[in-house]
Amino acid sequence: MTQAAPAATSRTADTAVRLDGVSKAFGSGGNRLLALDNVSLSVAPGEFVCLLGASGCGKSTLLNLVADLDRPTAGTIDTGDARVAMMFQEPALFPWLTVSANVELALKARGVPRGERRDRAGDLLASVHLRDFGRKRPHQLSGGMRQRVALARALALTVNEDGAAGGTVLLMDEPFGALDAMTRDLLHDELERIWTERSLSILFVTHNVREAVRLGDRVVLLSSRPGRVVEEFPVPMDRPRRIDSPEVSSLAAHITDRLREEVGRHGA
Amino acid sequence: MAHDTVQGAGQKRDAGDRLNRELAGLDALELGGSPGRDRLSRVWNAVWPMATAVLIALGAWQIVVWSGWKEPWVLPGPGDTLPVFWDQVTSGRFWKAVALTMQRAAIGFAVSVLVGVLVGALVSRFLVLRRAFGSLITGLQTMPSIAWFPLAILLFKLSESAILFVVVLGAAPSIANGLIAGVDYTPPILLRAGKVMGLRGLNLYRHLIMPASLPSFVAGLKQGWAFAWRSLMAGELLVIIGDTTSLGVLLSQARELNNTADMISYMIVILIIGIVIDQIFGAVDNAIRSRWGLDSRD
Repeated sequence: MTQAAPAATSRTADTAVRLDGVSKAFGSGGNRLLALDNVSLSVAPGEFVCLLGASGCGKSTLLNLVADLDRPTAGTIDTGDARVAMMFQEPALFPWLTVSANVELALKARGVPRGERRDRAGDLLASVHLRDFGRKRPHQLSGGMRQRVALARALALTVNEDGAAGGTVLLMDEPFGALDAMTRDLLHDELERIWTERSLSILFVTHNVREAVRLGDRVVLLSSRPGRVVEEFPVPMDRPRRIDSPEVSSLAAHITDRLREEVGRHGA
Repeated sequence: MAHDTVQGAGQKRDAGDRLNRELAGLDALELGGSPGRDRLSRVWNAVWPMATAVLIALGAWQIVVWSGWKEPWVLPGPGDTLPVFWDQVTSGRFWKAVALTMQRAAIGFAVSVLVGVLVGALVSRFLVLRRAFGSLITGLQTMPSIAWFPLAILLFKLSESAILFVVVLGAAPSIANGLIAGVDYTPPILLRAGKVMGLRGLNLYRHLIMPASLPSFVAGLKQGWAFAWRSLMAGELLVIIGDTTSLGVLLSQARELNNTADMISYMIVILIIGIVIDQIFGAVDNAIRSRWGLDSRD
């Protein structure tokens, strides 16, 4: 999907998402606020990229642009024919539907025929270990469980009608930010497993440095007001990683220093 | 790619099993479950405060009568009124009157819902209509419906239409406002989730905005009913049509004959009907709240 001229010819088989010189401004005249400034970024198929930044770095704006909920002021965004799904900090489940019906609605929106939806939803819920909870209502589950339902619903948006593995991009906007550390830890393992099994391309936004290092193949540091790419850090560690391992801690410390330096420039 | 990390298959399965077990354990701990109270004690808890309130009201009434403030034929006590009340509710004429009144209420409320939903849907959909009519609808809501009757009687004479006109003007604005508020306060995060799913246009309304506005719509219906019932009673006292018998007619006849015990009986019936229907809307509201987990007592 090309969102602005010129036509994107630069996309190759080795990018799932590609942003070229993307800027986004809100308002106009004296009130004009530049949220993103000339951001270029790409995610390879099957790659896990973490976007890291302090408040006001335009992280959510960037995900909205990739999800086609908003248009960039300048630059191009190319997700090819990939299916794009998004998860938020809140589960954002529909309270009037059962857990299963929430997932089924996403399948319906993707054009899956009625007869297959229930089974497919059951399989998706099983993949987040919630097969037995399909008939519950969202409020009857704990915060971590709701977030797993939200994950199942997002995965529902990545399926093809024929079940073939098309390119699938999962955008995650601080999805574990509201959870306690114990639950978050388990969900990191869970997400990593699902990412591996389904060869998803993930763009994961967080302000938690350790979380970014724990999960990402690559960590991209953004500056704030406006959001610019400051630096990229490859994470050359074997998986599975532990968030409290010395390797994760030491890289996280290094990135944190860089992030603080960036934040400090706004205090001067 | 890092997730291609070579790992013993057995070791990987063990790690997977452990994750499953840990997740299931955490789920079980977090759901926990609280002991629920049985149905009988719930009913008792709802009933005894109401019963007490009725007894206190009857007691206060009796004390006023005993104080000798009014002659007993002007203000009879509960002891004289309740047998009359019983005679009334077992008579055919009374039930015919209730039937006519309830028929008017049902038709009036149905038309109000129709008009309210239509106006509410249009106003919430189109910003221009909102700017033009938004505050007018709220204004109509605060206007005492009895003020419409002189106009209604001029337009429709003493007819069913005059009563219907005022009932609808009383109830429809509340219903429209309930719907508008529901659409307005659809949580933005749900809208964002719906758009990511690809819900657009009519589907967005059908699967997201309509269900999301249901609690507010029911609150509007409940308030609309209260206004409809008030307007209807005012109407039946002012607009008396031929030889029809309605609760309002019975009430004015009882006053003309200085028959206070009958009058109080009819008033009690009007009160009870209002409460019962309000309770029905309340029960629907509670059912939605507990299904959606909006109930703080949960």
